[in-house]
Amino acid sequence: MQQKKRIPLKLKEFLIEKGLFFCSLLSVFTTFGIVLVLSFETFEFFKEVPILKFLTDTQWTPLFVNKHFGILPLLCGTFLTSLIAIGVAAPIGLVSAVYLSEYASLKTRNIVKPLMEILAAVPTVVYGYFALLFVTPLLKKIIPNLSGFNSLSSGIVMGIMIIPLVSSLSEDAMRAVPMGLREGAYAVGSNRLQVALRIVLPAASSGITAAFILAVSRAIGETMIVAIAAGQQPRFTLNPFVPIETITAYIVQVSLGDTPYGTLEYRTIFACGMALFILTFILNIFSFKLKKRFQEVYE
Amino acid sequence: MQGPILKVRELRAFYGKKEVLKGISLDILPNSVTAIIGPSGCGKSTFIRCLNRINDLILDFRMEGKVLYHDNDIYANAIDVVELRRRIGMVFQKPNPFPKSIYENIAYGLKIYGLNGKQQLDEIVENSLKKSALWEEVKDNLKQNALTLSGGQQQRLCIARALAVEPEVILLDEPCSAIDPISTAKIEELIYQLKQNYTIIIVTHNMQQAARVSDYTGFFLLGELIEFGKTEEIFKAPKDKRTEDYITGRFG
Amino acid sequence: MNRRVINRRLDRCFKTLGAISTIFGLLVLLILIVDVLIDGIPRLKWDFFMSFPSRKPEAAGILSAWVGTLWVMAVTALIALPLGIGAGIYLEEYAKKNRLTNFIEINIANLAGVPSVIYGLLGLGLFVRFFKLERSIIAGGFTLALLTLPVIILSTREALRAIPFSIREASYALGATKWQTVRYQILPCALGNILTGIILALSRAIGETAPLITIGALTYIAFLPRSLLDPFTVLPIQIFNWISRPQKGFFANAAAGIIVLLFLTLVMNTIAIVLRQRYQKKVRW
Repeated sequence: MQQKKRIPLKLKEFLIEKGLFFCSLLSVFTTFGIVLVLSFETFEFFKEVPILKFLTDTQWTPLFVNKHFGILPLLCGTFLTSLIAIGVAAPIGLVSAVYLSEYASLKTRNIVKPLMEILAAVPTVVYGYFALLFVTPLLKKIIPNLSGFNSLSSGIVMGIMIIPLVSSLSEDAMRAVPMGLREGAYAVGSNRLQVALRIVLPAASSGITAAFILAVSRAIGETMIVAIAAGQQPRFTLNPFVPIETITAYIVQVSLGDTPYGTLEYRTIFACGMALFILTFILNIFSFKLKKRFQEVYE
Repeated sequence: MQGPILKVRELRAFYGKKEVLKGISLDILPNSVTAIIGPSGCGKSTFIRCLNRINDLILDFRMEGKVLYHDNDIYANAIDVVELRRRIGMVFQKPNPFPKSIYENIAYGLKIYGLNGKQQLDEIVENSLKKSALWEEVKDNLKQNALTLSGGQQQRLCIARALAVEPEVILLDEPCSAIDPISTAKIEELIYQLKQNYTIIIVTHNMQQAARVSDYTGFFLLGELIEFGKTEEIFKAPKDKRTEDYITGRFG
Repeated sequence: MNRRVINRRLDRCFKTLGAISTIFGLLVLLILIVDVLIDGIPRLKWDFFMSFPSRKPEAAGILSAWVGTLWVMAVTALIALPLGIGAGIYLEEYAKKNRLTNFIEINIANLAGVPSVIYGLLGLGLFVRFFKLERSIIAGGFTLALLTLPVIILSTREALRAIPFSIREASYALGATKWQTVRYQILPCALGNILTGIILALSRAIGETAPLITIGALTYIAFLPRSLLDPFTVLPIQIFNWISRPQKGFFANAAAGIIVLLFLTLVMNTIAIVLRQRYQKKVRW
């Protein structure tokens, strides 16, 4: 039988494999790129601003005449909004996950799950609009001294945005719990609620914690909702009714202005970015390690 | 008579640390049907999968020893595995036709060799389907999806697919274990006819099948080749007691 | 009241609570959509799509925004799709289990969790400044491509993994090479699921705002880009700009823009989900 020449075919296979290999290396280059860019500018930043000041000063005013470079107010704003967000998403997401995993029929799940995916697909600007122009006025009726920009509305809306994440990851964790454990409990006469709360949740707890950590990481990195509705006043406070500023919103604020390249003010966004990157990186690793340990138990 | 087409010398196979073949040596004569029998887990499948190096796809597989095809060691570095697999074809236990049309299933093996002429392809497709006794049943609709065929038909399609690339040796790994008895009978008839033009090695756990179709038989037990010889002798006058026990049904 | 009755009541209560929690998010989304429709529909005229932004709310439109979105998404797709699918194929079909492969996989998993604004900073430092591309469409496209890459890689791998090993075995046993097996057997089967993943990834990219603001996409552009090196704006940034204006008149424009953006996003997501359902039904192993 006639056949193709073997040598060019081998060369073609080799080139294709190498080409595909370089595609996958790109991800490594991206990480290096991020680390390099952030490190370089942050390094330059710390030549002018002592790192201790950065970490302990309670004022952040790099764009004013009297400059302070303490990141604590921004960290505070970030944590406050994220806390409110997880405060909303955790109970609702968890209850929803228990329902979907232990109560709902297959038909229900097949309808609800794609709908929840759609919820997660809504662009964050839309959520920002909602927070500023619907939720804040609504809350003002209950809390009269709520200011126009505040962390409560943005936190609540952010929470709603991450409900699908909490719900689906928690549900995955619960479904990984073997049926045998449940059956043992049912066999002695427990009802669904008892099985869910006393057997499944504890068994899935590390998987669920991993889900929560991931949700917090997502909330911390969220930008547009807080840029629109939380304000641009860095404040070292835990008051949810006043304007604050998060790390991410600050980066957006500077990018919208005309801060010249190479100046200290320009470098502040990279220093902030570095802080944000390290924070989310640590959280993601925690979540990953927890999840791995959880999966090993139920292998 | 020609010399053996395949010679296996002290073949050992490992999955990770576990040794599954413990030094197999045998010869396969051209244009013969050799049956490999033995209880589950004795290494039969692993053995024939070494002959076309399809075990290379398994991650922690390792082998020692020699497999000589036309006196060339198939595990040598210089060997083109792709060409080897064309010349030593394989049909798997569970029929695995591609999720494409019947025509495309057979034509695939030809297209990857650069054969593209429609007339040529049509001819080879028809011949292969005739050789595997499937032509009459599907000739009116070659475009139908192969997955709509019955299990027995799918397996005959896999045989046709393997025949289309003109191998010398055909390895059959328990080809009838997943299909109905009538199709099994058809395939056994097929093997008998194919042996005139091909060398066939068939793994089977069905002893009656081995007795019916093969010229030579090898009995495997726990990774070792206990006995190998002419089928008639193995079944009528086995030399090893373990062989006799297996054949008379005392275990396995 | 005995314990059993209490337990049963609690169980039933919880079931209701669970159902409410599950649809809570969807209810909120519904309210949001209704709110946006009320505010935005009056603005949705043909002029809206064909006008540039202006200082007067009634005259301001999304022309430069949706054209900018098209340009940027074209660049993003052209770069991210081949690179992402290629990487997915390599990792799933070619890569051996060694430390380098493990390192690459960890990287991809990590990148999927990096906040989008950090990609913006990467784009700013690398494409805008170092490669001197300035605040151009191509810089934006590159940045979004890097952002979308991990998602495309992960969904490609999942699609490839769903194909049973027996198909690969059958192909190799016939004497096909790895690329022949991938190109003629695996990819055609996986294409449906890969496509779903791509559509979902791109629909998220359309809504991305922060990274593009960070690399310097402008919020007021009154011209159409003529080359890849021109400055640009995109739909979500235009919406953001209108929300940030003090004049309340612009809120209606923002709402109208949101309707357009939501429509695009929901349509793409629905197509992707329908594709996935249909595709799962077709391929029965």
